[in-house]
Amino acid sequence: MGITTIIFMLLSLMAVGSAIMMLVTRNPVKSILWLIVVFFAISGHYIMLNAQFLAVVNIIVYAGAIMVLFLFVVMLMNLNADSEPTRNVRLQAVGILSGGSLLLIILSALMKDGGNNVVQMRIGDEGLISNLGKVLFTNYVLPFEIASVLFLSAMVGAVVIGKK
Amino acid sequence: MFLAIDLAFIIEKLVLIIIVVMGSLLIAMYATYAERKVAAVLQDRSGPNRAGPFGLLQPVADGMKLFFKEEIIPAFSSRFLFILGPGLAMITAIMTSAVIPWGNTVEFFGRTISLQIADVNIGILYIFGVVSMGVYGIMIGAWASNNKYALIGGLRAASQIISYELAMGISLIALLFLTGTLSLKEMVVQQQEGLWNVVKQPLGFFIFLICAFAECNRTPFDLPEAESELIGGYHTEYSSMKLGFYLFAEYINMFISSAVMATLFFGGYDVPFLDESTLAPNIAALIGIAALMFKIVCFIFLFMWVRWTVPRFRYDQLMHLGWRILIPLALFNMLLTGAVVLYFNK
Repeated sequence: MGITTIIFMLLSLMAVGSAIMMLVTRNPVKSILWLIVVFFAISGHYIMLNAQFLAVVNIIVYAGAIMVLFLFVVMLMNLNADSEPTRNVRLQAVGILSGGSLLLIILSALMKDGGNNVVQMRIGDEGLISNLGKVLFTNYVLPFEIASVLFLSAMVGAVVIGKK
Repeated sequence: MFLAIDLAFIIEKLVLIIIVVMGSLLIAMYATYAERKVAAVLQDRSGPNRAGPFGLLQPVADGMKLFFKEEIIPAFSSRFLFILGPGLAMITAIMTSAVIPWGNTVEFFGRTISLQIADVNIGILYIFGVVSMGVYGIMIGAWASNNKYALIGGLRAASQIISYELAMGISLIALLFLTGTLSLKEMVVQQQEGLWNVVKQPLGFFIFLICAFAECNRTPFDLPEAESELIGGYHTEYSSMKLGFYLFAEYINMFISSAVMATLFFGGYDVPFLDESTLAPNIAALIGIAALMFKIVCFIFLFMWVRWTVPRFRYDQLMHLGWRILIPLALFNMLLTGAVVLYFNK
């Protein structure tokens, strides 16, 4: 077990642990803070794959911008642990069932692959920004542009709703 | 090989980290003194002059006072988050210094040591990431205070930093068109060989400067702690050293953003009209550090000068400036730079 495996284990433990904490915490603000920890752990995984750009963009966009807005809304709505409605037991059971079956499907899909797509740790420079940019603007230029148009339309929509 | 680690490398980096963090703290400490002295000069007063010669021990006395003050944690607030807030503000303020090249390489005991803690190839994005984390310190502290004024201050801080981060990022993209790299070290090397970036990107620098003021919560953008309307803003409920951490983090932020601006636009540790390669590496590095420090001090003075000259914006003016003026201007700058780069690179 090298240092890479140890760090991987720690990061995974951190990601799964804080994801569970996010779900079980009753206070919405604390939930969001746990989610931020999850994003950090995932960024750590990206760095281990030498995808530095992806890691830092994950931090800037998700942990930095989107979560701030989440926090903003939750703070403004004054949600507290006391005002959280107690969830229906039957609803909880259905949730566990559907979530569990999704996990099963993902697991079986990964098992069937037989480990051909094993990721390579710390080597390879596909994740570095110049290579990523080249691939995005040559091989995947159409999906990239479609995604940009989608973003633009979402932005226009948000402005229209905000103006109402 | 179990845990293959180069011990000398770890020690080298550890020493460098300790020096940089201690240096940042020391400079931030004396920035508080400088702030009061500059304010005094601008307002025709003498400023602190009791503790030590010229009042030089004033920051030490202030720090001692903060340590010995009674610590109050409001009831009904989240105790852990209340303590986490100032800690986060401080950590994120210090973390940014990791990717700034403080000088060229020095040679000690036959080892060539780079005066940069981490030369990652996403250097400038790393700074953005850490800066965007900085707002959590304010927001968490504000929310955990369980106080309306603090909450309003925290929300103001969040919306202000998000708004100005956009213009800052876009103005930086124009700069990246020219440099073609995200590594701060390489940017400095490019500026050593050619012109300083401020000559090529005057508009970009101007936008970046304004956004840096907003990101540091400095006047004229210190709405999150506008005392005339919000008592103390996000740190209304804080006392003792926790308050000190918030105030101190602002000075460290100021120091680091000065260092970033000097590195990005003013050649970093480059001394103009001096060929560093003719000097012994250690002497060249020392001159480089001195040059960078001089540039940083100039920027810090600018921060203070503006604070004691320009009055605070109103909140709607702040948002208007950010979204309606700076972002279109930054977009225009980006378009122009892109066109010029495309034209000459044909």
